Amino acid sequence: MELNQFTAHELLGKLKAKIASPKVILDSLYTRIQKIEPKVKAYARIDKDPAGIIPDLSGLPITIKDNICTAGLPTECCSKILQGFRPPYDATVIKKLKESSAVIFPWKANMDEFAFGSSTENSYFGPTHNPWDLECVPGGSSGGSAAAVASDEAIWALGSDTGGSIRQPAAFCGVVGLKPTYGRVSRFGLIAFASSLDQIGPITKDVQDAAILTGLISGYDPFDSTSVDQDVPDYTKSLTGEIKGLRIGIPKEYFIAGMDAEVKTIIEEAVNKLKNLGALTNPVTLPHTEYAVPVYYIIATAEASSNLARFDGVQYGYRAKTDNLLQMYKLTRAQGFGREAKRRIILGTFALSHGYYDAYYLRALKVRTLIKQDFDKVFQDFDCIVAPTSPSSAFKIGERVQDPLKMYLSDIYTISANLAGIPAISIPCGFTKKGLPVGLQIMAKAFDEEMLFRVAHTFEQNTDWHKLKPKL
Amino acid sequence: MKYQTVIGLEVHLQLNTKTKAFCGCSTDFGKAPNSNVCPVCLGFPGALPVYNRQALNSAIKLALAFGCQIQEHTKFDRKNYFYPDLPKNYQISQFDLPLSRNGFLNIYTYEKPKRIGITRVHLEEDAGKLIHETEVSLVDFNRTGIPLLEIVSEPDLNSPQEAFDYLNSLKSIIEYLDVSDCDMEKGSLRCDANISLRLSGAKELGVKTELKNMNSFKGVKDALTFEVKRQTQLLEIGQEMVQETRLWDAQKQLTLTMRTKEGAKDYRYFPDPDLTVFIIAPSMIEQIKTQLPELPHEKMRRFIKEYGLTEYDAKILVSSKNDAEFAENCLQKYPGQDKKEMVNWLIGPLLSEANLRKVKLHELNLEKKELINLIGFVQRQEISYLSAKAVLSQLIDTGKSAQDLIQSGNLQQVSNTDALKQIIETVIQENVKSVSDFKAGKANALMYLVGQVMKKSSGKANPKLVGELIRGRLN
Repeated sequence: MELNQFTAHELLGKLKAKIASPKVILDSLYTRIQKIEPKVKAYARIDKDPAGIIPDLSGLPITIKDNICTAGLPTECCSKILQGFRPPYDATVIKKLKESSAVIFPWKANMDEFAFGSSTENSYFGPTHNPWDLECVPGGSSGGSAAAVASDEAIWALGSDTGGSIRQPAAFCGVVGLKPTYGRVSRFGLIAFASSLDQIGPITKDVQDAAILTGLISGYDPFDSTSVDQDVPDYTKSLTGEIKGLRIGIPKEYFIAGMDAEVKTIIEEAVNKLKNLGALTNPVTLPHTEYAVPVYYIIATAEASSNLARFDGVQYGYRAKTDNLLQMYKLTRAQGFGREAKRRIILGTFALSHGYYDAYYLRALKVRTLIKQDFDKVFQDFDCIVAPTSPSSAFKIGERVQDPLKMYLSDIYTISANLAGIPAISIPCGFTKKGLPVGLQIMAKAFDEEMLFRVAHTFEQNTDWHKLKPKL
Repeated sequence: MKYQTVIGLEVHLQLNTKTKAFCGCSTDFGKAPNSNVCPVCLGFPGALPVYNRQALNSAIKLALAFGCQIQEHTKFDRKNYFYPDLPKNYQISQFDLPLSRNGFLNIYTYEKPKRIGITRVHLEEDAGKLIHETEVSLVDFNRTGIPLLEIVSEPDLNSPQEAFDYLNSLKSIIEYLDVSDCDMEKGSLRCDANISLRLSGAKELGVKTELKNMNSFKGVKDALTFEVKRQTQLLEIGQEMVQETRLWDAQKQLTLTMRTKEGAKDYRYFPDPDLTVFIIAPSMIEQIKTQLPELPHEKMRRFIKEYGLTEYDAKILVSSKNDAEFAENCLQKYPGQDKKEMVNWLIGPLLSEANLRKVKLHELNLEKKELINLIGFVQRQEISYLSAKAVLSQLIDTGKSAQDLIQSGNLQQVSNTDALKQIIETVIQENVKSVSDFKAGKANALMYLVGQVMKKSSGKANPKLVGELIRGRLN
């Protein structure tokens, strides 16, 4: 086995025991990337041998999504409009990683432009391919991060999740992905899509790595007013392998018509597995689930329309050449943003417009509260909720590009956790007959990431799905 | 008056906090362009705003001074519009839950104070500054993100003079609280005015004009005065008014149309998701209340009560906080129960010395002890009031003692009857007309003759004694 194929915790062990050096780990990664990156295209931009540009090679390399600011390295959200943008500052998560001597891999992971998408097809740099089937999408928007981890082009990675952008690609690529509680991880330096929903989180090869990485990036940040001042537990302590007596709710609204029958069977088997491991499973109801997608697309696009206003060609990024201000704004944005970005900016602008605000935005905020209350109610009697991550496995590249509504529905099971602000994890739980991975989603109450790691780890230790590697 | 003038003012006030509203950048004025900036106030991708508690504190302080209700929950909203001086293309402001509402401010245009309603006071961030060159326009972001208070008055002002007095009252309170430099020329205080006319007694408001580009209190008054005339003329000839924004041209002393009412701008306000709802606890308000100094109207009442000042005198002395402190210090040090003499000196010779030197009363380089000594010399009739005023000027210039200045200037009052009699004789001979006027019973003639004696004695003669001597000589 090559070094790049190991999990982070295995490699950290090797580093500690001095069986491997950061240099040889990086070299094995680079060898792998050179070989398969042309097929997978997990990275946004390919540059020189990374070993030459890393100033301090003291730890494990980590792959970062292109919307997380890395000082001096391109951070372009895979958009033409941020062409050439190299932030002069690190995101708080990057600062924290550097402090724990991680090596920021200088190439950034591909993504849907500004995290707008569920397939990584909306990248200015072109689509990423699913390592399990190169004709399929890796999911999105953190598709580059998930594909890199799944294909051993990364040891581990950071993604961001606004409506499922970590969990859905993790499910499609057969890896582990966690969206932490809103406020658990600082958003400072994450280029905002929808500020009230965005969270940075880990994409890893197994649950232990996810627990370690979550611990490294979590915690209060005085530079993010929405981060919460609450102690960060040692998440690896929750990897007990013990779930006997845990009360698990299975939401009936998550097993709807239109769901892929194969996925449904795989999820039901996974639930049975949890039952066999001693958990008590019961059906529960989250009655406002059907409103999650519309509510999400109002709130997320409204916030995005305002967050993306700053990309105007004045200070940084792409600027269209013209001789007057209004034309500069218009042409810069017309030429700089891709189709999906424009669609969402227009949707959000509309939702906030005078005369529509009450009917759309304000009403969406109210329904968001109802969705949150659904979860509060269930968590009074249950320790966690288990559901599918996505209604299908990875779909073909190009299949849904022309049908945004169908594309939006691939986030139907992941969006609610963002609206409610609760943590949720996706872990591999089986494969379709075509050999595509299926993800199991576990949700818990706010700041109970420990519950997620405990259940996910127990499931993982009693299955072999996470050990399977795509043949490339 | 056929028409009633209705004015409402919207003041934007830069708070004098050390750092900006949502980042740690300095607020220093006059720095090289784009030197007080950081990723947050430049609106760089991924940067996030964080409250400046000091700004909130100052805002609450001022709102409390206006007697406003402070909101228990306040939040910030985004006001979305594109402009190159606005790096995020939205301004962090407050929309439906402003920090405070429903206050008032007294103005002293008339004998009795008039109460002007304050609709709301809210906190927002300032925009940058555009500098237009011939070929290009440049942006200076130093000002971007400086905390700005918007203070909106009710349309309770009914004349340009009232508007002028409102601004002065406002400035006085702001100065007392020390929350802003309040300098219109530096742009730390900006004022827009809404003005309309209606038939006296009418209930409906007339069509309003918004006035901008005034850069002094006097400019506000002049612009409003111009508008009253312009609108009166239009109404007189029966021309229909249009709602518009007009710019004041201080050089030409007139207002010009900037834009007529465009389709109402849609700022798409919504709560800023980067900033959580801020809870202003009653304990926080109580704590800030304890920081409130004595306000001008309170000080005025106390001066009247404690030092027996007239309302007119007290009003003059309290309008500036430091001057009021200077005056009170003088009054306290001045011996005796009756403070009238000191008050007269303060609002008389001292204030004119200050005006002459273009400084504030408290900035006069004057030992209070020496001032009190000087007044003593006058009261004991050892020097004349006229000489004393000259000594005061020298006291300020030289810093010497009153005693020394009187001696070296040989200013001791002449009360020597023989010496005075000689001068009086000369004056009587030289002013035959006045002498006969006096004899004819004209009282003014005596004043004139005394004045001539004073002049000949270089102001040193004791005027009271001179009067008696002349009267004795001529009767």
